[in-house]
Amino acid sequence: MKKKKSKFSQALRKWDEGSFDLTDALPEEQIAAPLPEQPYDWQLERPVVRLEQGEISMYRRLYPIFATVLATVMILFLFAAMIALPHTGSTQTPTLNELTDRYVADGMRETGAVNVVAGVILDYRAFDTLGESHVLYSAAIAVLMLLLSLGGVSMEPDPRERLITETDPILRSTAKLIVPLLVVFGVYNICNGHLGPGGGFSGGAIIGAGLILYSLAFGFERLERLLNFKSYRVIVVVALCFYSLAKCYSFYCGANHLESFISPGTPGRIFSAGLILPLNVAVGAVVACTMYGFYSVFKRGRI
Amino acid sequence: MLENLWSNRIPCAAVLLFALGFSTLLLHPNLIKKIIGLNIMDTAAYLFLTSLGYIPGRLAPIIVNGDTDPSHYVNPLPAGLVLTGIVVSVSVTALMLALTIRLYDRYHTLDLDKIYMMARQEQGELQ
Repeated sequence: MKKKKSKFSQALRKWDEGSFDLTDALPEEQIAAPLPEQPYDWQLERPVVRLEQGEISMYRRLYPIFATVLATVMILFLFAAMIALPHTGSTQTPTLNELTDRYVADGMRETGAVNVVAGVILDYRAFDTLGESHVLYSAAIAVLMLLLSLGGVSMEPDPRERLITETDPILRSTAKLIVPLLVVFGVYNICNGHLGPGGGFSGGAIIGAGLILYSLAFGFERLERLLNFKSYRVIVVVALCFYSLAKCYSFYCGANHLESFISPGTPGRIFSAGLILPLNVAVGAVVACTMYGFYSVFKRGRI
Repeated sequence: MLENLWSNRIPCAAVLLFALGFSTLLLHPNLIKKIIGLNIMDTAAYLFLTSLGYIPGRLAPIIVNGDTDPSHYVNPLPAGLVLTGIVVSVSVTALMLALTIRLYDRYHTLDLDKIYMMARQEQGELQ
């Protein structure tokens, strides 16, 4: 039992370091039958392919017809629905119901947010936004799982390309000028999310664009002092945990009619609107790190 | 009927965009073009949702001077829905691109028909 546990913890440690090989976990007999390593050269093997090609050509002939018919039928149905829809801009549409009236009429008093959309997505429907952040994080994890193990030769960028992008004077001086502005504008967007247009998602995307431009102009190594895989994990997990715990507290208080110390404050101030500002910061951190993480994983196979 | 189509011209543009994306998704064999088609379909959905909430002459749903009369602002709900959609579409696109990189690494082509044939032959060899 003891030995088994130590083996498991060893595997866990290897997995954490990223050196875990999936074939270690397989039983012996499955390793004995290896998959074909080389991609199959289908043009050389005529006798086998001819039969398959007959099958495929039948499929190829029928598929476009079926696809066109399906697309046409679907588009006709959609246009028929367009004829039955109420006019664009009409005030009598069913989407403009008592719910939206209430959001606009009482939103500022109840949530403290001047921007009604921020009040809706981060207060009335904060659960939805929590799920969204988790979708983004899960996508980042899935992309990492798919591309980390690829590693090695095929993912490393071409050294000539690196030489060109990382010594280009135009790119470098433009990046020097634009990156600070991008980051400042992103922070403004995040902190201003409850007062005007903006919010965590757009501000985070702007900061992520700034990080991508910086790493493109000056190389990943210089950005790694600020944001490596370890700090990426810490930032994202802390932000998501903070979001979940803060919303747990406010749901708990709201459901049990308890007095909550989160107050809407004075609408229009920076430090107002209760939880919306900290939640915007958390969402912005997740989005900025994930955008940069996507770029880094696609470019060189790791964060 | 035609008058109805004209007054709904923005949703009709959304339907045309959707048709463009859908036919690209179905008819193009290249995997990257398929992903582009799916993204165009996403954009069409956002355009449709936004056009449902838009009312000419009204303000964006940001309260000005404490005026909380609902008849002065456009519908805030579609904006929130579009935000959700954008985030999900970014995640899905990243995942699909990663899968495409893995497929290209194994088969050295992006043509779905060729990939399908090679995968079938590998299956036949294993049996």
